Amino acid sequence: MTLDRAAVQDLLAEYGARLDAEQYDEWLDLFAAECRYQVVPRDNHQRGLPAALIFCDSRAMLEDRIRALREANKFNIHSDRHLISLPRVTPTLSSPAGGGGSGGGIVEAPFAVYQTDQEGETRLFATGLYRDRLEPEGGVLKIRDKLVLLDTFAVPTLLATPL
Amino acid sequence: MLNAAIWPALDYSRVPYRLYHDAEIYEAEQERIFRGPVWSCLGLDAEIPNPGDFRATWVGDTPVVVNRDAAGVVRAFVNRCAHRGALVRRELAGNAKQHICLYHQWCYGLDGSLQAIPFRRGIRGKGGLDPGFELQEHGLRRLRVEAVAGVLFGTMAEDAEPLQDYLGAPVVAQLRRLFDRPVEVLGYNRQRVRGNWKLYAENTRDNYHASLLHEFLVTFGLDRSTQTGGVRMDARHRHNITWAEAGSDDEELVRQAYGGAGVRNDYLSLREPALVAFHPEHGDRLNIAITSVFPSSVFVQISNSLAVRQIRPRGVDEFEVFQTMFGYQDDPPEMKLHRLRQANLVGPAGLVSMEDGEAIELAHRASKPDRDRMTVIELGGAGIISDRDYRVTDVPLRGFWSYYAELLGIEPEGAVR
Repeated sequence: MTLDRAAVQDLLAEYGARLDAEQYDEWLDLFAAECRYQVVPRDNHQRGLPAALIFCDSRAMLEDRIRALREANKFNIHSDRHLISLPRVTPTLSSPAGGGGSGGGIVEAPFAVYQTDQEGETRLFATGLYRDRLEPEGGVLKIRDKLVLLDTFAVPTLLATPL
Repeated sequence: MLNAAIWPALDYSRVPYRLYHDAEIYEAEQERIFRGPVWSCLGLDAEIPNPGDFRATWVGDTPVVVNRDAAGVVRAFVNRCAHRGALVRRELAGNAKQHICLYHQWCYGLDGSLQAIPFRRGIRGKGGLDPGFELQEHGLRRLRVEAVAGVLFGTMAEDAEPLQDYLGAPVVAQLRRLFDRPVEVLGYNRQRVRGNWKLYAENTRDNYHASLLHEFLVTFGLDRSTQTGGVRMDARHRHNITWAEAGSDDEELVRQAYGGAGVRNDYLSLREPALVAFHPEHGDRLNIAITSVFPSSVFVQISNSLAVRQIRPRGVDEFEVFQTMFGYQDDPPEMKLHRLRQANLVGPAGLVSMEDGEAIELAHRASKPDRDRMTVIELGGAGIISDRDYRVTDVPLRGFWSYYAELLGIEPEGAVR
């Protein structure tokens, strides 16, 4: 069984829409119960260096990130707009880490995020590539492992809201 | 108006906004500070372990290459061809036997000397350079390089004092502590901030802001101003170590201190407490040690998150923070994982650092139109510049400005140092 392309596109569309609407709990719902989320500069990745900008190797850490964003962190007042391009779907025949064993796969999608500030000025904030391992959980496709490979090594101002 | 009269106060408790915004002052800083008698961190020994390894970096806004030559000696030079002024080494890092300029292929050795020029004698006896053109007079401009504990520093001034004298005993001790065994680079992060570079140099010396701006520190109990800590400077007060000890306060003191100021004091707990766990590893209880070396190098320990930061000015209105994350080569796998997790604390997305980008842009933007007005630096009192064994202070900022004034030749008579 291969990944359902329509389901993949729906998942990516929901992903961007929920972030842009600041619906972070609903965004978390797109991840599996066991998941990983990393934002890694592409330059580090290519050099084999592991350091990430955001490194959540458990769902608990990802939830802590969102909690910190709401309760503690202060950042530039802005809105995000995710433009997520056509996914490249690579089905995996067997999924080594469980999660159904079939119907999962690797999906890559290029993205751009624009930020708009209170003066109405929009700037390109980041471009990069999502490399996601998706697996069905309870009949719904979820994100098991998301690697955000960030082209924009020089982060403008700061990175608070998720990419 | 770049003279001693620019200072409203002899203790540097007032700094006119002009100093963050005037292009003329920026140019003077590049010449007299960055190309003057200061030592700037160029990177780590561990980043260029083999002969021919190089990295491109910056000293102020001057491009620099640092490399290891065939004999294993670390050398650094300005990354600018003696011929047409082009950037010679375009890659950020790599290994090479020589550095060849793209434009006309002038070829430099790993010591920066000019070794070969294409068509030096022309073709069939026509063209080329005059016989009197001496290659050795046209090498890349060399920096002096010295190191402490594998941390590489360079200076463009022939007459700069020796590195260890420049750093002073407290900073040398702190570097030896942080780099007490072979290090492993875990990766880099970079951040562009629309503000003047000095706002960041001040920020790293400002103990007062830490637990107020970076609410995560207090909210999740990682670091509070009620902990035992303080600021320690070199004898000239140009560098600073902001330090704190883990587990040195109690709940009641925290509630009293933060409650009155309207700062939240209802601690939240993390679902993954490992993020803020501190494992002592240097034979002491220091869990915060931020070492700022004038003008633009910072060595950071926040819990077990370790980093070197370079402040790279990019004109009067922008700077980059270039951060190198590191651990130790003998870290067991679980410690390496712990450091990768705690890297969440620092950098452009850092849970206890992201706010600096916003705060600095706010200060830069709002201060620009009114350059004769001034900032207030009086936490921990005005007057004498000295070490403090408490944390609600920004005294080291005045030390920074004192040495800044000296280097720019605008130190007022009778000013504190």
